[in-house]
Amino acid sequence: MCLAIPGKVLQKEDRDGALIGRVDFGGITREVQLDFVPEAEVGDYVIVHVGFALSRLDAEEAARTLELLREMGALAEEGLEDKVTSDE
Amino acid sequence: MANPKIKASFGFQLLTSDTGLRAQIMKYIDEYRDATLARPLIAEIKKRVTRPWVLMEICGGQTHTLMRYGIDEVLPPQVELVHGPGCPVCVTPLEVIDKALAIASLPNVTLVSYGDMLRVPGSHTDLFHVKANGADVRVAYSPMEALKIARANPTRQVVFLGIGFETTAPANAMAVWQAAREGLKNFSMLVSQVLVPPAIRMLLKSPQHRVQGFIAPGHVCTVMGFEEYVELSRDFHVPIVVGGFEPVDLLEAISMLVAQLEEGRAEVENQYVRSVARAGNRPAQEIMVKVFEVCDRKWRGIGLIPRSGLSLREEFAAFDAEKVFDVAAQDTDEPAECISALVLQGLKKPPDCPAFGERCTPANPLGAPMVSSEGACAAYYQYRRHSESARSKTP
Repeated sequence: MCLAIPGKVLQKEDRDGALIGRVDFGGITREVQLDFVPEAEVGDYVIVHVGFALSRLDAEEAARTLELLREMGALAEEGLEDKVTSDE
Repeated sequence: MANPKIKASFGFQLLTSDTGLRAQIMKYIDEYRDATLARPLIAEIKKRVTRPWVLMEICGGQTHTLMRYGIDEVLPPQVELVHGPGCPVCVTPLEVIDKALAIASLPNVTLVSYGDMLRVPGSHTDLFHVKANGADVRVAYSPMEALKIARANPTRQVVFLGIGFETTAPANAMAVWQAAREGLKNFSMLVSQVLVPPAIRMLLKSPQHRVQGFIAPGHVCTVMGFEEYVELSRDFHVPIVVGGFEPVDLLEAISMLVAQLEEGRAEVENQYVRSVARAGNRPAQEIMVKVFEVCDRKWRGIGLIPRSGLSLREEFAAFDAEKVFDVAAQDTDEPAECISALVLQGLKKPPDCPAFGERCTPANPLGAPMVSSEGACAAYYQYRRHSESARSKTP
């Protein structure tokens, strides 16, 4: 029940006071309620749970974290960090 | 549907097997399953750790990721993971299941529920069997679908089984709000919402607990923010890191916790920055406050935790299935062998249970943690942690 998944907003419309979006989850599209994330625009990614978007994915934060982790990985590759020992 | 090959540790076949099964790359998922990002995190943890630490991930979804990707097996042996009560299906009280069963068995009632509630054992039966015997039980992925069913079937009473943590509460609140706005006469919700921080507080007050650091549930915090955890961290001097659900997220959260513990710090940090803000989601919190109020709640296996649940406010009484249906509480009856209470509090692990994998399996569950997609027992079973080494380190 905690599992929420990220998807890309393809379309957004107001339907009888509810904010309904069409969201793409890696090829499968679903209707999602965007009422809790009204600032989400077409092209944004949102985290969706039980048919509702709960947050707008912060692309910059995500990119920053991934970049940091990639750097750590690159350093490890070059032997500048301790090597991962194989499973004992 | 577990493929034992996929389970085999972070053996780096992983990313290929995962994407091999799908045509499309899933953005914001695949990057966080990337073995090349996992390796330096594992190395970091191994380098930092100088003594044993017991960590608890709170959410069942996180337990499943840890098991599925073999994270418990690649961590250094000093880092022990115990599993928390963050499986809403597992903690739904037996009384609620029994009530749902009684309601579903009434004429002209359509009971709508999330899929994994169907096989959760009640005192005598479960929704799946009741459905097999002719009751109108339907599976939905959203409470809004239950509303649709109510609108389409005005002569039937439609009841939605509204269980969950703070993650599902905004959607459930919205469904009731919408029903009230439309003046729907045939829709109600059987509410069993629970809140995470009171459960953690209770756990920390228990003299038997061994947890030294927590991974807080990333989607609960997406809704609620993490202010409440600051208080917990301070009161009990325990580090808490808000974590996501992919293997790289959990490894990063574990790395942050180990760093705090090794340095003697006890703070709240946020690993899941791409989804969680300190204040959480305001519109979601607002609808929750409009529709629900805090109440005492019973947690299956654990017992009553004061102010740990949500119930519908008085003005929504017409949509409260507890009030709409007069179903008396029956004598509830837990199978004697099930140790789910101890598993949910991180005091025992599933393989410690004598019934695990033998008398208790997903096809024939004795308790909720074996049947729920977020249950610890189901995770251990599915990802094959039957061995001696998977048992608790304490008797």
